[in-house]
Amino acid sequence: MADQADFAAEAMQYAPQLFSGALRMTRNRSDAEDLVQETYLKGYRSFHTFTEGTNLRAWLFRIMTNTYINSYRAKQRRPDETELGDFEDLYLYKHLSTLQAAGLGRSAEESLMEMLPDTEVKQALEDLPDNFRLPVILADVEGFSYKEIAEMLDIPIGTVMSRLHRGRKAMQKALHDFALHRGLVSEKS
Amino acid sequence: MNDDTTTDRNLADDAVPDCNETIRELDIFLDGEISEAQRDAIRSHLDGCMDCLGAFDFHAELKAVIATKCQNDEMPPDLLSRIERCLAIDFDGDGEIG
Repeated sequence: MADQADFAAEAMQYAPQLFSGALRMTRNRSDAEDLVQETYLKGYRSFHTFTEGTNLRAWLFRIMTNTYINSYRAKQRRPDETELGDFEDLYLYKHLSTLQAAGLGRSAEESLMEMLPDTEVKQALEDLPDNFRLPVILADVEGFSYKEIAEMLDIPIGTVMSRLHRGRKAMQKALHDFALHRGLVSEKS
Repeated sequence: MNDDTTTDRNLADDAVPDCNETIRELDIFLDGEISEAQRDAIRSHLDGCMDCLGAFDFHAELKAVIATKCQNDEMPPDLLSRIERCLAIDFDGDGEIG
C-alpha cells in the first residue's frame, strides 16, 4: 500500500507526459490543464490503492484516460464518430513509393519525416475519432503495451490491435494529404 | 489484425514466412508484442527481402517520428505549482484533500 505522503514526490515527474497526452486527448490547452490537475487529485485520493513497485506512470495514465472518457469526451461537441474510412495497408509507404521509383529512395522518406511540421503530425493524430485516437496516443506516443491499453480502455486486446491498425492507417492518410498539400510529395512521379 | 488469435496461426516456429505473412505481423513486431519464435522467423524473412525490410524500416521510423513530434508540448509554467497547491486543499470540507 502506497503512502499518500509520498505521492507528490513520486508522481509529479510524470506531469509533462500527462500534459502532452491530455492535449492530444482534449485538443485544447485549458481542458488539458484541468484534466491533468484532476488526474493528480484523483491519484492523490486513491494512492492507497496503488501497489508499490508497479508502474506508476501507467496507473496515472489509466486514471487520466478514464477521467477523459467519463467527463471530457461527453462535453465535447464533436460526436463520437465510430466510423473511419478504410484505407489500404501501408498507406503512406505505398504512396511514397513513387519517390523511390524516381530514385530518391530513403533520403526522400527521411526528409519527408523531418519536414512534416510537429503541428501537422499532432493534427493528424488529433483528427482521429476518439475510439481510434486513444489507442494510438497510448501506444505510439506513450509506448504502453497492448495489455496496458486494453486495461485502460476496458476493451479486449484484439480490439486494441484492430483500432490501432485502422487508426494508424487513417493517420498516415492524413499525413500524406498534408504532405501533398505542402508540395512535399507529388501525386504521381 | 482484427483478432489476436490470428497471430500464431500461420507461423510455424521453423518456417520462414512469406511477404504477406511478414507484413501481416508488422504491427506486433514493431510494437514489441511478438513472441520470440515469431520475431526470429520475421527476421529471417527480412534478412533476405529488401522490400519488406524497407516497409519495416519506414514504419519503425514513422512511429519514432510520431512519438517525438507529439510529446514536445510545453507545459504551462504554473501548472505544477497549481497541482501541488490543490493537493493541500480540502475543497469540500470533508476533512480530506479534494
